[in-house]
Amino acid sequence: MSKLHVTTSVNGEPVEFLTDPGASMLDALRGPLGLTGTKEGCGTGDCGACSITVDGRLVCACLMLAVEAEGHEIATIEGMADGETLHPLQRKFLEMAALQCGICTPGMLISARALLQKNPDPSEEEVRFGLAGNLCRCTGYDKIVRAVMETAAEMRGAA
Amino acid sequence: MTDIRYLAPRTLDEAVGAFAAAAGAARILAGGTDLLVQMRAGVAKPGTIIDIKKIPELTTIEQTAEGGFRIGAAVPGVVLADHPAFGKAWPGVLEAINLIGSKQVQGRASPGGNLCNGSPAGDSVPAMIAAGAVVTVQGPNGRRSMPVEAVPAGPGRTNLTPGEIVVSFTLPPRPNGSGDAYLRMIPRTEMDIAVVGMGVSLTLEGGVVKAARVGLGAVAPTVLLVEDAGRALVGTRLEDAALEAAAAACRAACKPINDKRGTIAYRIKVAGVLLKRTAAIAAQRAGGN
Repeated sequence: MSKLHVTTSVNGEPVEFLTDPGASMLDALRGPLGLTGTKEGCGTGDCGACSITVDGRLVCACLMLAVEAEGHEIATIEGMADGETLHPLQRKFLEMAALQCGICTPGMLISARALLQKNPDPSEEEVRFGLAGNLCRCTGYDKIVRAVMETAAEMRGAA
Repeated sequence: MTDIRYLAPRTLDEAVGAFAAAAGAARILAGGTDLLVQMRAGVAKPGTIIDIKKIPELTTIEQTAEGGFRIGAAVPGVVLADHPAFGKAWPGVLEAINLIGSKQVQGRASPGGNLCNGSPAGDSVPAMIAAGAVVTVQGPNGRRSMPVEAVPAGPGRTNLTPGEIVVSFTLPPRPNGSGDAYLRMIPRTEMDIAVVGMGVSLTLEGGVVKAARVGLGAVAPTVLLVEDAGRALVGTRLEDAALEAAAAACRAACKPINDKRGTIAYRIKVAGVLLKRTAAIAAQRAGGN
């Protein structure tokens, strides 16, 4: 089977890779691109563990073909921190222990960042709806929601 | 993994040509939120995937010269939500589309996909039917238009002919005093499939209903246009008796199944309840215009 050549951008870096036509973006990230921070949970778009952004738009990497990345800008959890400096959401998740096993955490962070970019001052209900596509099997939602609210407040204060 | 061809044509003619040439072995890819799940489950095994998102007509939203909207079939829900005017004109259609899945799914899922997936419980379909939306399809024999309610043929099936692709939805101009709404019954608060879905679009003049359309989902093999319910509302001031007559028409239109989401009796009862609630929201929005 012939592989397809894809030219794209991942976390601001130009990237090229080869993919099977039917492979998902998640397969490409975790395979040829070696970016395993994006997790595979359900593989059917229900759990959000593979959340990434494409041109700033939140999607599940498992519901996108790798070949569709051609010409677009992909952002994953690996690009969230600025060098050694964690994103405020990452720092607050650690401070407030908003994670348990950690499998949902990269997806939660990517979704939370997308939410705060659109709505810097969300209500608790808006946070819960905004993260409704991210399942936490440990069911630690309360701390996650509080950490997102706290981060939003901190980022508003800093702005 | 079987050998799959991926095509991303830039024109509709190329897409239609490739789709027809594949003679049933191809699947159209818009957002992929149904197709990729079906492929993973082994339910869909396309020889060719035709990605239609590089065709401008399928990915743009336009206001028509008459004052309506033309929505490309592959426009994702989040793009529709971000449009400055669409949600003001058609809040019910927008809320229905935005109920399909999570924010992640909204980043990809399109009204064209929701319609072509053929689910009786597709959320956007009752709202589109209530809106009087017309779909434009293109196939090997050219273009044609049909009302949204003419597309579903049964669970997972449509009345599109082989090689036809849904191009766009055209929503009519909105007279003053119009409002629409969509409600669905689910046992959870989010991320679920409708037990009953109800779309209502109303135009009021001096408090009297001039036009009414009702779309009903998840209670029959296809989403339904309930013409009797619309008729029961026209000429009334949405008094209790009129609403009860329309609710009765909705209950009469139901041909539901018993399944884990709801019993036949429950779905029929809820169809009537939702008619009243949805009509109240549509009327409130119509009054606010």
